[in-house]
Amino acid sequence: MASALFFYLFAVLAVASGATVILTRNPVHAVLFLILAFFNAAGLFVLLNAEFLAMLLVIVYVGAVAVLFLFVVMMLDVDFAELKAGFIKNAGVGAIVGGIVLMEILALVGYRGLTTAASLNVAAPIPAAGSGITNTQALGEILYTKYVYFFEASGLILFVAMIGAIVLTLKHREGVKRQSISAQVARGPKTGLEIAKVPSGGFNIPPAVKHPEAAE
Amino acid sequence: MINSAVLSVLLPELILALGAIVLLMIGVFTKNGEAAGRSVSWLAIMVLVLAGVAAFEQSGSTTVFGGAFISDSFTRFLKIVILIGGTLTLLMTFDNFGRAKLLVFEYPVLVLLATLGMLMMVSANDLIALYIGLELQSLALYVIAAFNRDDVRSSEAGLKYFVLGALSSGMLLYGASILYGVTGSTSYANIASAASLPEMTTNIGLTFGLVFVLVGLAFKIAAVPFHMWTPDVYQGAPTPVTAFFAGAPKIAAMALLLRFTQAALPAVAPQWQQIVIFISIASMVLGAFAAIGQNNIKRLLAYSSIGHVGFALVGLAANSAEGTAGVLIYLAIYVAMTLGAFACVLSMRRGDRYVENISDLAGLARSDLTFATILALLMFSFAGIPPLAGFWAKWYVFLPAIKAGLYPLSVIGMVSSVISAYYYLRIVKIMFFDEPAEAFAPREGRTFAVMALSAAFTVIFVLPFVGGAVVDAASAAATALVPGR
Repeated sequence: MASALFFYLFAVLAVASGATVILTRNPVHAVLFLILAFFNAAGLFVLLNAEFLAMLLVIVYVGAVAVLFLFVVMMLDVDFAELKAGFIKNAGVGAIVGGIVLMEILALVGYRGLTTAASLNVAAPIPAAGSGITNTQALGEILYTKYVYFFEASGLILFVAMIGAIVLTLKHREGVKRQSISAQVARGPKTGLEIAKVPSGGFNIPPAVKHPEAAE
Repeated sequence: MINSAVLSVLLPELILALGAIVLLMIGVFTKNGEAAGRSVSWLAIMVLVLAGVAAFEQSGSTTVFGGAFISDSFTRFLKIVILIGGTLTLLMTFDNFGRAKLLVFEYPVLVLLATLGMLMMVSANDLIALYIGLELQSLALYVIAAFNRDDVRSSEAGLKYFVLGALSSGMLLYGASILYGVTGSTSYANIASAASLPEMTTNIGLTFGLVFVLVGLAFKIAAVPFHMWTPDVYQGAPTPVTAFFAGAPKIAAMALLLRFTQAALPAVAPQWQQIVIFISIASMVLGAFAAIGQNNIKRLLAYSSIGHVGFALVGLAANSAEGTAGVLIYLAIYVAMTLGAFACVLSMRRGDRYVENISDLAGLARSDLTFATILALLMFSFAGIPPLAGFWAKWYVFLPAIKAGLYPLSVIGMVSSVISAYYYLRIVKIMFFDEPAEAFAPREGRTFAVMALSAAFTVIFVLPFVGGAVVDAASAAATALVPGR
């Protein structure tokens, strides 16, 4: 009963915020509603006992992708009114593509069977339902044993991406003042402080004000 | 799950991966940039040689990680060829990169990681392993194509390669997902058993997936009609990088193609055979005609490499152990000749400026007879003039094709081979009979060594203990992949 209630809550909110994303005029609001839609979808995943996907959705999509969108929307000067100007002109093409995709989806909805070949190869769900192992644990166990090769190799790909990004963009510019924390911390009274002898009586009236021509 | 047995199978890959990580650290913590680049390059060469020794020492046929990674004589043969190619191209970079102020430590590290990706491609026995190896290799290659980032052509080459590579990866993944959907597994062994069911020979999904994966792989080996990026990337990338591109990555992608077609989908051979025959003919013909009008020697070699991929595919089209052995022999000889040809291009220098036009070679025989003779030998070998290695390469791919009854393919191949001889021989003519242009600067020792080694290989290949050894190793490798066919 409670889960049904929550399902409708999340589902209605997800659909409503999804609709708002494309209907609202302010792009920043659109991104914020997108984040709301992600959160509701994560709630739906929790209801399905797929808590790992729910976490992934929040961490990856909200934490990284949506924030990136926000950055793009706020930092780049994108004229959304201009982007939408060609909407009516291209609506026909869009409708055709959308119609094709819709038909494909409908064609697939009725088709649930696997080929004989595929059914021979389909593995049983790991672990068996009802064994009490959460899917996060199950994924972790398989990722670090059976698929450890793929996992480590993917890590190497990210390593290459990191090196590549640095190689292609980092420029060592001359004459740039950089913060040197160690130099700042190592600074003590001996190097940072200087006691200057000031002749009494003359220091509260700067000479530059008194004699402007003398400053030159 | 991971024990010493698994690690020993992975030894060449582990050496490369750990070597790359350690060398990166050494480079980062060395103060002087150029000295770091030089020493890390030498260390990278040592790592590649070490990995080659490790690959050479392996024996038997083993699969690990649930069949995703395979090590047998097929993978060993190709890994050793790839590692030799990588080592020699690194040897040729010092002089060129030193002059261009590009001798930094990231380059050898990226070459190591790209080579690691290639070894993983060669050993891939699963669609996921295929894709991961391919991406590791490709990403590193995109970066080194744009390595001279202050040069417009180099940046263009990197970007072009990246965009088209991403497109091809997308197609490959789409095909792989369809194959997974139809057969229920990503493992080649399971795909093969599923595809061998009688009703699967007419399954549209299987054919669709097969076509898309082949398209993705054809992009990577630069076979026609997916070759458009090759001339621009070859011309734009720094020459040592081009030398690397033309050799090792093609072998790795060809290895993927060989294993994917012959280990995963032998049951639907007629379906992929017709695709292979088509791209083979198209590549050979385009390679023969498009190179004729080129003035830049890097572009000429790019079109020549497209043609050579077409010739190598003739062996695959035959779909037999002999044909596969032919492909392997072709690849080994092709790499040896290409390395020499690029060593020659890297030696074309006037003062501090590298030149790339064919007209710059005019009358080379009178100023530097050794250089001209070596380049002439390589060109004769590319053209397939007996008894040089290039002739035997073609011999071993066309013979199985004729035995398999692929007469039109063989005839078209031989005709395009004759046509392509024109532009190879034209270079010889320009070098020996044209009015001399200004002489080149003195040759650099390491590059000349590669050049001489390559020319010597093409000449002595006909001797039984050289060519025979290669042919025997390739035949053993091919029977590991295609048993009893």
